[in-house]
Amino acid sequence: MEANGTKGLLLNEPLIFEKSSEGRVGVEPASFDVPRADAAALIPGGLLRDGLDGFPDLSEIDTVRHYTRLSQWNFGLDSGFYPLGSCTMKYNPKVNEDIAGMTGFTRIHPYQSEDLSQGALEVMYELEAYLAEISGMDAVTLQPSAGAHGELCGLLMIAEYFKSKGRPRTKVIIPDTAHGTNPASSHLAGFKVVPVKSEGKGVLTVEAVKAAIDRETAAVMLTNPNTLGLFESHIKEIADLVHSKGGFLYCDGANLNAIMGIMKLGDLGVDVVQFNLHKTFSTPHGGGGPGSGPVGVRLVLEPYLPVPRIKKAGKKFKLVTDRPKSIGRLKAFYGNFSIMVRAYSYIRRMGGEGLKRASETAILNANYIKERLKGTYQLAFDRPCMHECVFSDKLQQADGVSTMDVAKRLIDYGYHPPTVYFPLVVPGAIMVEPTETESLETMDKFIEAMRAIAQEAKTNPELLKNAPANTRVQRVDETRAAREPVLKWTGVKK
Amino acid sequence: MPYIPHTDKDISVILKAIGVSSLDDILGSLPAGLRVKGSLNLPKGLSEQELKSLLKGLSGKNSTVEEYTSFLGAGAYNHYIPSVVASLISRSEFYTSYTPYQPELAQGTLQAIFEYQTLVCQLTAMDVSNASLYDGASATAEAVLMARRITGRHGVVLSSALHPEYRDTVKTYLKGSGDHISEVMYCTEEGRTLPGALEGAINDNTACVVVQHPNFFGSLEDVGELARIIHEKKGLLIVVTNEAVSLGLLKPPGELGADIAVGDNQSFGNPLSYGGPHLGFMATKTEYIRQMPGRLVGQTVDKNGQTAFCLTFATREQHIRRERATSNICTNHGLCALAASIHMVSLGSKGLKTLALLNLSKAEYLKERLSSAGVKPAFTSQTFNEFTVKVEKDPDSLLKSLLKKRIMGGLSLKKFHPVLSSHLLVAATELNSREEIDRFAEELAKA
Amino acid sequence: MEFPKDLKYTKEHEWVKVEGNTATVGITDYAQDSLGDVVYVELPPEGGSVTKNEPFGVVESVKAVSDLYSPLSGNVTEVNDAIIDSPEAINEDPYGDAWMIKVEIGSDDDLADLLTADEYQKFIEEEK
Ligand SMILES: Cc1ncc(COP(=O)(O)O)c(C=O)c1O
Repeated sequence: MEANGTKGLLLNEPLIFEKSSEGRVGVEPASFDVPRADAAALIPGGLLRDGLDGFPDLSEIDTVRHYTRLSQWNFGLDSGFYPLGSCTMKYNPKVNEDIAGMTGFTRIHPYQSEDLSQGALEVMYELEAYLAEISGMDAVTLQPSAGAHGELCGLLMIAEYFKSKGRPRTKVIIPDTAHGTNPASSHLAGFKVVPVKSEGKGVLTVEAVKAAIDRETAAVMLTNPNTLGLFESHIKEIADLVHSKGGFLYCDGANLNAIMGIMKLGDLGVDVVQFNLHKTFSTPHGGGGPGSGPVGVRLVLEPYLPVPRIKKAGKKFKLVTDRPKSIGRLKAFYGNFSIMVRAYSYIRRMGGEGLKRASETAILNANYIKERLKGTYQLAFDRPCMHECVFSDKLQQADGVSTMDVAKRLIDYGYHPPTVYFPLVVPGAIMVEPTETESLETMDKFIEAMRAIAQEAKTNPELLKNAPANTRVQRVDETRAAREPVLKWTGVKK
Repeated sequence: MPYIPHTDKDISVILKAIGVSSLDDILGSLPAGLRVKGSLNLPKGLSEQELKSLLKGLSGKNSTVEEYTSFLGAGAYNHYIPSVVASLISRSEFYTSYTPYQPELAQGTLQAIFEYQTLVCQLTAMDVSNASLYDGASATAEAVLMARRITGRHGVVLSSALHPEYRDTVKTYLKGSGDHISEVMYCTEEGRTLPGALEGAINDNTACVVVQHPNFFGSLEDVGELARIIHEKKGLLIVVTNEAVSLGLLKPPGELGADIAVGDNQSFGNPLSYGGPHLGFMATKTEYIRQMPGRLVGQTVDKNGQTAFCLTFATREQHIRRERATSNICTNHGLCALAASIHMVSLGSKGLKTLALLNLSKAEYLKERLSSAGVKPAFTSQTFNEFTVKVEKDPDSLLKSLLKKRIMGGLSLKKFHPVLSSHLLVAATELNSREEIDRFAEELAKA
Repeated sequence: MEFPKDLKYTKEHEWVKVEGNTATVGITDYAQDSLGDVVYVELPPEGGSVTKNEPFGVVESVKAVSDLYSPLSGNVTEVNDAIIDSPEAINEDPYGDAWMIKVEIGSDDDLADLLTADEYQKFIEEEK
């Protein structure tokens, strides 16, 4: 088949420190319109800095070229198809960036008077309400900075609930398909993690939960749809079970893109959910954040939400901190506001109908890829999936080719690889999440590439093992990075 | 529908390939009674043009630090951000990519983080820095947990001159592991943590002492002496810096005995944004790498021996170690770190020193002008670009009356420290002109 | 894959070599192969003690972590410091240079339930 790639000009670029030349300044600070302070006289001797060893000195244009070149070594969502499972790499609308950049949103101080921040508080207040409606929850906090932060928030609230009742509970039940942040957040919140297997059909059974649950169980923490892309079809019964034991059902909402307008987690018996605005609500991932991880809860847990809360009194919005049962705060100020602005814009642009259509289309796209690639790659579970589907390298093993090789070869075809080796329960997992913003043509070309690679695995496996061949750097030696760690530049500045 | 490219024809091709006649055939296995009936109760979707004007209206309901003269700091600093920052971080190869899991496709992000790690090490004089954490407050909490793992001890001593919201964050994070937190009171005269007081506050079970420098009141701490005291008891010193520009002038935490340096780098390249996203940083000594939370980028080679970068020491992290990970953090604040790098590089060593001196100079000028207006510093310690003053009138009504003159006159400390009921925390940066400072002093004198 | 006959094995993939009153412990060829390139190992201090079936250390590759479980209880008389600096030895020579600790055998009962080479080989085939 015809590859996406063609020849390009990629320039080499040293480390920024190696471009430095003593004495250069890129963007000089403003001039002194007040007397120049005598730092040596003012600052106690022991506290004055001697030098700034190695700190680079560059002209403005060199800085611009440096980062421009680095950017060209990256593959972003705007560069091409990015079917990274569990990450919901949907298109990041440009208008949201414009809006988030409005000075009325960027240049406001968290401690400025509430009277001067009514627009910000209104956006936040309404976003909370939208997320509550989408999830079927009673109250939402926007404070957490990312999904994992939201998980911690939700779990601390659950812990606090039991503590305040004088009956602290110690355990959280987590299926083996869970993302690593789930057990890590549970541990951080002080719980013991009780793993359960999602046997047979890739979903959690009531029996499995029953065998693990007891009066020490504070919560069952699941992801719905789960990380296999499957709907946890027994969720309601599991919810009833955990509720009958006095516990809570926590849902990791990272996969909300599958069910907006189709199902509300609240209707399914979920008590706590975190949203990943940087997935479902189209805010860009930034090469590793910032994200935003709001948390929705049922009324019983509302008193435990972090402070401050936003309240509306008449037409005015205000921040309320006097909430004795609250878990406190998880960060300074109120959350990743500029991310909230983007998510708010997205929801307003889409409307309720649009969000539903997004989820429906995400499901169609995933099923399309699943159907057209099954047989070429082994499906972990041959059942209708939700917004993502999971294959494995089982059929390629005979050719001596692994998931990693397939992933790397996809790069040569001009695609970002899917999520690989996750979830852990599927050996050699290849997790594809196309999202709703990808067209039929894009998917067709991707499918063609995946099939071509499966063919190459048979005829010329070396091609895969040596992939990627078209990138500026080829397969990276991660073992060396760990055995001989170099974690910063240690050269000498010119 | 916005952002969804499918035509009706596409949908029918897709349905046919799946072998169903409608989406409902796929969703058939979902519990039917639980499906959403009708549509979500959300406002109708908007065109792009309508959306923009709606949001323009909402943003206009906020008053900015451009429209007002602001002397607010307290952990969020109003600095000038060079145009190169927005221009470069707006390159979509940076901002629309995910965490660099596939190094061959993410060398740009990876090298940029490696450079950021280096810049943080240079700024703080520490051995290793991670790729970023959420913000200064959560970074402080992570540092405390890390100190507990390193020392095997529980006790945590916070200086009460640590930002109150940082202290609250530490308390929340430690709820799961037993708090054992105590506070050492600041000296009411000097506005800083007294080494003598610290001596009485620590013992053989103290994992760490946390001090902010410059502290919440703006005062410089005697970090070296505090370090000596906690090290004598074999505990660790965590130094928090939330006005990172100060590092252009102040001796870095690594040279003052810090074992872990954390804080917020918002001052570099990241707008106030009503408090977020800001940029948590953490740097420490080589021997503690394995206890560090967050992502780390390392330099290595590709299979042809060419220099390359990748994520490393991943076995510390949640995706591998799960409940035994050093932290639950996954998505961090990568793009904020990129912005900070670009700003730092744009300044260079000379520019950064000048910027720090400019901030000190503005604050000293403000101090002097306020003093002449009868508003004196509340504490005797030296400060950087922020300090605490005592006012005659009730600070809240004073601030209100200043707002009428379009001045955000600082932060009333009453709600954080009830004893400081007539105190204001004021900051001055390069963005406060001499005229603004003069006017602020005049208005204060009048009020 | 090798399974030397003169060694005893555990289901956690450690091997034990008994010489007089001393048991030498390491990880098996199978274990190193499933881990991939080992980049880090953590061992107990000399003079410390280990407990049967309890973790005594950690081995890490780039993408996996594994606890090391002690096949017996007793005092650690010697630790192979060389592999801490060169963990690649674990991949290269798991039964030789890359031994991990030597333990003074407290009770022979501890060794009774260890697997023979054949039993271990069968066990891992079943596990696959
Ligand atoms: C299923 C799932 N849960 C939780 C998370 C954690 O979210 P974040 O990276 O925002 O902390 C992720 C993202 O990687 C995820 O895929």
